[in-house]
Amino acid sequence: MTQENKANATIANDMTEEIDAGEVAPQASDAAVYKDLSLQGLWKNNPGIVQLLGLCPLLAVTNTLTNALGLGLATLFVVIASNILISLIRHHVPKAIRIPVFVLIIASLVSCIQLLMNAYTYQLYLSLGIFIPLIVTNCMIIGRAEAFASKNSVKHSAFDGLMMGLGFTAVLIILGAAREVLAQGTLFDGIETLLGDWASFMTISLYNTDTSFLIAALPPGAFILMGLIIAFKNSIDNLLKK
Amino acid sequence: MAFFSSTSPHQRIKRRTPEIMKMVVLALLPGVLVHSYLFGLGIYVQIALAIATAVASEAIFLTLRKRPFINSIKDYTAIVTAVLLAISIPSLAPWWVIVIGTAFSIIIVKQLYGGLGQNIFNPAMAGYVLLLISFPVQMTAWLPIESMQAFPVTIKDTLSLIFTGYSIDGYSVTQIKTSIDGFTLATPLETIRNALHVGDTISETLKTTLFSPDSLQGSQWVNLAFLVGGLYLLKKQVILWYIPASFLVGMIVFSFIPFATDPELFPSPLYHLFSGATMLGAFFILTDPVTASTTVKGRIAYGLLCALLVVIIRDFGGYPDAVAFAVLLANICVPLIDYYTKPKVYGRRRS
Repeated sequence: MTQENKANATIANDMTEEIDAGEVAPQASDAAVYKDLSLQGLWKNNPGIVQLLGLCPLLAVTNTLTNALGLGLATLFVVIASNILISLIRHHVPKAIRIPVFVLIIASLVSCIQLLMNAYTYQLYLSLGIFIPLIVTNCMIIGRAEAFASKNSVKHSAFDGLMMGLGFTAVLIILGAAREVLAQGTLFDGIETLLGDWASFMTISLYNTDTSFLIAALPPGAFILMGLIIAFKNSIDNLLKK
Repeated sequence: MAFFSSTSPHQRIKRRTPEIMKMVVLALLPGVLVHSYLFGLGIYVQIALAIATAVASEAIFLTLRKRPFINSIKDYTAIVTAVLLAISIPSLAPWWVIVIGTAFSIIIVKQLYGGLGQNIFNPAMAGYVLLLISFPVQMTAWLPIESMQAFPVTIKDTLSLIFTGYSIDGYSVTQIKTSIDGFTLATPLETIRNALHVGDTISETLKTTLFSPDSLQGSQWVNLAFLVGGLYLLKKQVILWYIPASFLVGMIVFSFIPFATDPELFPSPLYHLFSGATMLGAFFILTDPVTASTTVKGRIAYGLLCALLVVIIRDFGGYPDAVAFAVLLANICVPLIDYYTKPKVYGRRRS
C-alpha cells in the first residue's frame, strides 16, 4: 500500500482495513521494535511530511518558531497520553463504537492542555487561539489511536506516540524557523511566552530590515515552504536509495 | 512527385515559439516607449534586471535538472515573462524587488511545475502577486508623470534610486512621489479607492490635481499604447480575438452594472477600460497560450470570468488593481472550463 493510500485510509476511518506498519510483529526483539518505531515516526512515516496529516495547524500556526514549538509540544503531549489511554482500554471497547470513544478521550486531553496553557502560558494561548482546541481534529492523533494504539501494548503505544509527536513537532519547528527567519529575521521571538521570562535571552535577531518578506508569514508562503520541505525529504530518500 | 505528410496542427503559417515570443516583445514596445516617455527611464533598468535574472535562473535551474538550457533560453519565453513583470511594477522600485519577483516566476511558478507548457499559473502574474503582497510599500510607489514630479529625475538619479533607494541628492522615492504642493500622488485607481474610503464621491475626486487633463492621461496613454500593440498581435494572428474581446466586453458590461446603480461610488466602464493593467491584461497576459483556456467557448468563458473578477475586486476589494489576482483565479478554473467546453468530434452524436 502506498503512503498516500495509508493516509487516506486513516482519514476515512476505514473500519475494516488493516493498516500495515500498524502492528508490531510479535516475534521481533524489543530493541528492533523501538528502532523501527522511531524510524517510522521521525522519517519514513512522518505525520507531517509523509502522511500529510494535521496540515491545518501545521500551516496555520507556524508563522513563528515559538508558536510552532508551543503547538508541537501540546500535540506531543496529547498524542502520547491518548496512545497510552487508548492502549489501556483497547480490550474493553466494543469495536462498533471505538471511534467515538477515542474522540472522547482525545477531546478530554485537549481540554486539559487548553486549560493548562490558559493558566501558565497565557500570551501563547492567545496567539495560538483556536488551534489549541482544534488539536482534537488533528487526524494524526486519531490516526495513531486507530492504527496503532488500539492494537498494541501500552509501552509500544507510548513510544509510538512519542516518536510520531516528535516527528510532527520537528516539521513544525523547521517550518516555523524558516518562516520566522524569512518574514522577520528573528528566531525564538516571543519565546518568553512559552518558557517564562528567563528564556528571553534565546531570542536571536539575525538581520534587521524595514521591508520584511511578508509572504513567508502568510498562508501561501507556508504552502510553498511545505512543498519545498517535502521535495527535499524525497530527494534525500532518492539519494539514499542509490 | 513527393508528398510530405506532416503531423498536426496543420497551420497555413508555421511559427515556432521563439518567433511568436519575439512578436510579443515587439508588440510590447509601444507601451514601453510611452511609459518611459511619461514616467521616466526607470522601466528600462527594470526590464534589463528582469531579463538578466530570468535567463540566469532558467539556466541555473535547468542545469540542476540536467537539461540543456540553451534551447529553452533561445525560445524567449523567459524573456517575455521577465518583460511583462518588469512593466507591471513601479519603475523606481529597488533592484531586489524585481530580482526576487522574476526568480520566483521562473523557478517556482514555471520550472517547478515542469517548465515551459506545464505551468498552471501565469508566471509573470504569480510573481507580481508575490511582490504585491510581500512588499506593499515598494509595489505601490508609483510615480506621477514626469511633469508633476517634485524633483527632476535624471538617468543617474534613476539608477541610484533603484540600486540604493536614494537619488543622487538624497531624496527617497516617497519624497519624489510627493508633488510640489505636498500631496502624495498615487495611481488613478488607487486614488479613487482611497477617496471613496474616506467618504469623497467620484465627481469630487475627479476635480483633484491628479485628474487634471494632462495628468490623468498618463495611464490612459499607456493603455492606448498597449491596445495598439495588442491589435498588431491580433492582425498577425499571434493571438486570437476571443479572449481580448470577451474580456473587454465583459469589463464594460460588468462594470456598468455597479456604475448604473450609483455613479458616485463606482467608476465608469470607460474609466475601467483605460486604467490600471486592463489593456496589458487583455492582450498580453490573459492570452498566454499555456495558462489560458484552449477551446473557443472556453476562451470566451475565461475572458468573461476574468472581467467579472477584475470588476468585483476593483470595485469592492481591498487592492486597487485586480488583473493579476483575476488572472490567477481564472487560471485555476481553466481545467474545469476546458473540460466542459470540449469540442464535439465530427460525426459523434450530441452526448
